[in-house]
Amino acid sequence: MLLSRRGRTILAAAMGLGLAFIYLPLLVVVVNSFNASQVFAWPPRSLTTRWWREVASNTGVREAVLTSVEVGLVATVTAVVLGTLLAFALARYTFFGRQSVSVLVVLPIALPGIVTALALRTAFQTFLGVELSIWTVAVSHATFCMVVVYNNVIARLRRTGTTAEEASADLGADGFTTFRLVTFPLLRGALLAGALLAFGLSFDEIVVTLSTAPPGVTTLPIWIFQNLSRPNQAPVVNVVAAVLVLLSVVPLYLSQRLAADTVTAGRL
Amino acid sequence: MTALPPAGTSVAPGVPAGRRLSAWLSGRPRVRLAALLAPPAIWLTLVYLAALLALLTTAFFSVDEFTNAVTRTLTLSNVRDVVSDPAYLRASARTVGVAAAVTALCTVIAIPMAFFMAKVAPARSRGLLVALVLTPLWASYLVKVYAWQAMVQPGSGVIAWVLRPLGVDGPGYGLMAVVLTLTYLWLPYMVLPVYAGLERLPDSLVDASADLGAGPWRTFRNVVLPLAYPSIVAGSVFTFSLSLGDYITVQIVGGKAQLLANIVFANYAANLPFAAAIAIIPVLITVAYLAVVRRTGALDNL
Repeated sequence: MLLSRRGRTILAAAMGLGLAFIYLPLLVVVVNSFNASQVFAWPPRSLTTRWWREVASNTGVREAVLTSVEVGLVATVTAVVLGTLLAFALARYTFFGRQSVSVLVVLPIALPGIVTALALRTAFQTFLGVELSIWTVAVSHATFCMVVVYNNVIARLRRTGTTAEEASADLGADGFTTFRLVTFPLLRGALLAGALLAFGLSFDEIVVTLSTAPPGVTTLPIWIFQNLSRPNQAPVVNVVAAVLVLLSVVPLYLSQRLAADTVTAGRL
Repeated sequence: MTALPPAGTSVAPGVPAGRRLSAWLSGRPRVRLAALLAPPAIWLTLVYLAALLALLTTAFFSVDEFTNAVTRTLTLSNVRDVVSDPAYLRASARTVGVAAAVTALCTVIAIPMAFFMAKVAPARSRGLLVALVLTPLWASYLVKVYAWQAMVQPGSGVIAWVLRPLGVDGPGYGLMAVVLTLTYLWLPYMVLPVYAGLERLPDSLVDASADLGAGPWRTFRNVVLPLAYPSIVAGSVFTFSLSLGDYITVQIVGGKAQLLANIVFANYAANLPFAAAIAIIPVLITVAYLAVVRRTGALDNL
């Protein structure tokens, strides 16, 4: 496209400023984790690696990470199964209420977070009459993670169509064999991408977790949230924050290795 | 014991059960549909939808003044309290104002970035730029809010440090900090749809506009913007509705500012019907916004 040199320079500058806006706060987090002082003040006067060593032996953090991983795994597996079933039902069949079901699956994430959180809490306490536990957290996470798996799988199902499966049936394979040998391999990338997104969402969730976890069940976001207001914990929080910033390249790397487009688009 | 195979399929005795089941199912699409649909539909209804409706109807129940227990006598008093007290109208206006400001800021920052990514940057570096914009989405939400706490802190914050030579302090905690933080959090949700929209825009249209004598600004206003509009609206669905529901950011960097979600959170333990009555407001605003957006056709581009 024809664009004046000045126009290009201005746009490049805007891009640079935008990226600076995105990355400077993250850089502050990483630098601040080496801040020798326990009290935040920018710029840090002296740096130390002491807090990084202390975090390695911090049991509170380790248990919180473990809880988050447990919740994330249960939520992800559940969301993958339910989201995939739903995607098949909506992609391959027409039925009364199909439109409503496709709205219903988006609702937990489309409505304001606090509303979803209170609805889930009400479900457990009033409707189902169960005590809050690590399971209610996992069930809640699965409920809003379902949509990302569903989105990925239904997009893949629409793109691949049914011809390969029909060919398999014509060649004499029964439904289960076709699923194992044809459908599943076609879906694998979308399932992995959906699972990655679901785990990421669950690992990061704070609003829903706060209202569906009993005291004592502490996921990593809850741990951070509780310790934000404790000044003597600030150095540990800083290091945990820095680690989470640095780790955010991992899912990106994984998604590049999977179908690059599905993961990135699915996060939306 | 064995079900009769439907007409048209014949299964010899002695074939494996899986194959028999498969043959039986193949003639019964309704059974297959029910098996696929029932688990997720029951889950969503039981865990979510029923409770959501119940929560919203709680707004019409009253609460026992001594025990804080919800009693199921219908009343309009909660809704009346919310509607008649100007404090809640102000909070609603403030919340919508914040969401609108965040959306506007995100749009202004996102359009030049997206335009650069889609039209100026060489094709091979586009993937990298998209990745650079996306990566922060994977960094923890709380960590990003925490980062902005460090940015806006009065006196010792990063912005205060940058502005000190000018003799100005940082923004401090308050609505301004909330808007900045939410803009930061939701910016990628605006950049990506706009980028995707601009990538579909043919270069020739922009060139044609220039050939016909339009300056860059005019081309942008009369050619690029109308064609990118549906993607901007699609992005605004995220920035707007995510901003409406946030209370953690407001708690951390908002100072004394109160938005709707905070009022809901502050009330739900003591007076659930009242919290529910407040919660209806952002739900209605979200639904209304989606309905308006739906008419523009922007949702089809997602």
